[in-house]
Amino acid sequence: MAEFTLPKNSVLTQGKTFNAPKGAAHTRRFEVYRWNPDSGENPRVDVYELDMGSCGPMVLDAILKIKNEIDSTLTFRRSCREGVCGSCAMNINGKNTLACTKSIDSYPDTIKIFPLPHMQVVKDLVPDMTHFYAQYASIKPWIAVQTPAPADSERLQSHEDRAKLDGLYDCVLCACCSTSCPSYWWNSERYLGPAVLLQAYRWLVDSRDEATGERLDDLEDPFKLYRCHTIMNCTDTCPKGLNPAKAIAEIKKMLVIRQQG
Amino acid sequence: MAYQSPLARVRGLGSAHTGTGHWWMQRVTAVVLVPLSWQLLVFLDLTRNAPYQQTIEWLSSPFNGVCIIVWTLAAFYHAALGLQVVIEDYVAKEGVKIISVWAVNLIFSFLAIAALAAVLRIMVAG
Repeated sequence: MAEFTLPKNSVLTQGKTFNAPKGAAHTRRFEVYRWNPDSGENPRVDVYELDMGSCGPMVLDAILKIKNEIDSTLTFRRSCREGVCGSCAMNINGKNTLACTKSIDSYPDTIKIFPLPHMQVVKDLVPDMTHFYAQYASIKPWIAVQTPAPADSERLQSHEDRAKLDGLYDCVLCACCSTSCPSYWWNSERYLGPAVLLQAYRWLVDSRDEATGERLDDLEDPFKLYRCHTIMNCTDTCPKGLNPAKAIAEIKKMLVIRQQG
Repeated sequence: MAYQSPLARVRGLGSAHTGTGHWWMQRVTAVVLVPLSWQLLVFLDLTRNAPYQQTIEWLSSPFNGVCIIVWTLAAFYHAALGLQVVIEDYVAKEGVKIISVWAVNLIFSFLAIAALAAVLRIMVAG
């Protein structure tokens, strides 16, 4: 559902400011979204000035420094710190990305850190991913076959067919793309969004899968698939450099070929 | 409703198994309108800068008349398909959404038939 104004209890307020320690030669200013569901207060933006002399190079390092040294109540997800797990997806200076793979130096001035847009917030920088993961489960992201596997080998695939999965299997399901998509903001109840559709395409082009028709049947829907209007925010923001918009276009192409070809 | 699992909520009523034709025809009509719009521009230029009789004669020729008829049908069809997408994007209430889409389809069908009748009348009666 399209919402153009924030509800009253979501309007941001000015939070606390934590100044840099005296004597810090090189400081950077971080503005971080804070919201505690137990406090009953509106979300606020806290300001942290960090001494870069004792901080790692990535935005995640700065967030960890805040939590470890300044404000232990700051809540966020992180795990691998090398762009593989997708946990630390957040909105940094207006663009969804992984905090662990973005260097602080790639931003000129103040760094503004918010949770992924248009998601329910659990606390601070932690969005509720329940619906997103359920959408992923709905496309049956596993191989579907009727033919039994060969008795003495795995299911074989040519080098060319395997290459078709490049740029698809690499997705870490961080949800940066889906939560950057206005169509997903307005209609996420029914639109699957770029991340899940890219995963759906990953199984559609897998030469070993035997359920392509059924998968296309499930996707052919004005809302599940055709809410994509090629806005391209997904491809622009993907921190892994993938192209969900192209994957969606390929699904549409498969459906046209099935119907018109 | 509160006890429905997230997966059940996502699956909802299932796939409508439609949408490809709608999406495809939006592209087809867009492509068709590109060359035909040249004829429309010529026609609009005549309506402003040529005498009435010359404009009628231009439109009465089979090629020009058919071009304008096809442009009219393609344009109204394209507009109806596009407005349907806008309505589906931004209107959340199901009842309002369904009625709005049908209203758009009826209005554009009426306009297309009216335009078609007007051009045919000129082509036939002059």
